Amino acid sequence: MTGLGVAAPNGVGIPAFTDAIKAGTSGIRYDPELASLQFSCQIAGKPEVSEILQLQYLDALELRNFNSSGILYGLIAGIDAWKDAQLPVGADLEPDWDSGTIFGAGSSGLDKLREAIYKVDDLQVRRLGSTVVPQTMASGISAWLGGKLALANQVTTNSSACATGAESVLMAYERIRNGHAKRMLAGSTSDAGPYIWGGFDALRVCTFKHNDHPAAGSRPMSASASGFVPGSGAGALVLESLDSALERGAPIYAEVLGGHVNSGAQRGDGSMTAPNSIAVQRCIREAIKAAGVEPQEIDAINGHLTATGKDALEIGNWSTALGRRGKDFPYMNALKCMIGHCLSASGSIELVAAVLQLYEGFLFPNINCEDLHPDIAAIIDPEKIPQQLVYKELNLIAKASFGFGDVNACVILKKYK
Amino acid sequence: MDKETLITQLKEIVKPYAKNEEALLNINENTDFVNDLKINSANLVDVVLDVEEQFNIVIDNESMERMLNVKSAIEIIEAKLGAQ
Repeated sequence: MTGLGVAAPNGVGIPAFTDAIKAGTSGIRYDPELASLQFSCQIAGKPEVSEILQLQYLDALELRNFNSSGILYGLIAGIDAWKDAQLPVGADLEPDWDSGTIFGAGSSGLDKLREAIYKVDDLQVRRLGSTVVPQTMASGISAWLGGKLALANQVTTNSSACATGAESVLMAYERIRNGHAKRMLAGSTSDAGPYIWGGFDALRVCTFKHNDHPAAGSRPMSASASGFVPGSGAGALVLESLDSALERGAPIYAEVLGGHVNSGAQRGDGSMTAPNSIAVQRCIREAIKAAGVEPQEIDAINGHLTATGKDALEIGNWSTALGRRGKDFPYMNALKCMIGHCLSASGSIELVAAVLQLYEGFLFPNINCEDLHPDIAAIIDPEKIPQQLVYKELNLIAKASFGFGDVNACVILKKYK
Repeated sequence: MDKETLITQLKEIVKPYAKNEEALLNINENTDFVNDLKINSANLVDVVLDVEEQFNIVIDNESMERMLNVKSAIEIIEAKLGAQ
């Protein structure tokens, strides 16, 4: 991994994001729009993007009738990651046949789609203009990035609900490993706003108890966790072969040792919305096997941990899969405590955090779990869930994401030495 | 409305889409939207919509297909305005 980029609710750009996760800064704010629409959950996480910042990624013409927050976040993260890897950006570039992107999304341009639907129903289809398709097609984000970065290898969008970001990294990794590309921009993005979050509010999986104190609302692993806080944003990671990175003299943040994706097939205790624990454990074990390491070697875990009732189950699954518990358990982190659940973007934003942890050697604080859930404390020693920033040399981090459809993805990252 | 005024108004309309600034500066009756101004062909539908709005006219599909340069645009706008 040679480049990172992020547009997160608690920090846009790697320097701001790094500071925020070290300080335990929450990006969760009260959202008057959700309140006026009578949502149960009226707090959310949105990256703060000024108009001046937008103009660094989109020109004035591109911003005409532009209304797709997911594409905007994805462009910020993706272009930043590419530049961070010291790779060229610009309209005058020749096609780069060796570079591509797998940039995931759960949906695209819902606000834009809403505009279009209103016009179509109002018999105004001919007045839609040219901007609807590129902003609402599922592959919109990879298409926009491909043009900005002259990517001429595979340019596609993957989609596997909240596992999308972790899956994109593994798909990019496999493409490079199979020799089909030298460099791949992996990542994922998620729109902000009521039209993407409404369905979750209706499922009653979002918290409605913290509308008056947003920063305390997202409480993974806490006894008082009462549902997730919806979030949005994008994360991006440049993957390339070691040969390519060394040849370019690019700084190397971390190595992807391997990983695994699978599904619980919505059997057993798995369903459209709940994970099959056997599949989760299998995914973790297969990832570790693919990485060629032992479960005992994992120093830290960056969990999925959404702050719904499933956190203790997830911890139990990690414990069973690794065969480790109590004081022997790795350190455990849940970034959702600061940014909420960024849905299809969650995996990639959290992977960016995990890579920063390895590269700089720290464990970010788990805020809002001062009342650790007793079911979790029964499995792992509370010291393994740091509530303050800890500087510590880490060698291996396991990152997993799980999604609706009973899908799982687990990535094993190693510090590059 | 005389031709010069029409061209001046058209110039303002195509300005955000034109990639060739020199051609835009020298816009005249013979200017082609795609070949000279380097307007992305997908943006031609936006130019038509902006023309409709500016002149308060409706441009039918056949006219839309023909509206590829300043000359045809002027003809179409004049015809629509005359028919009102």
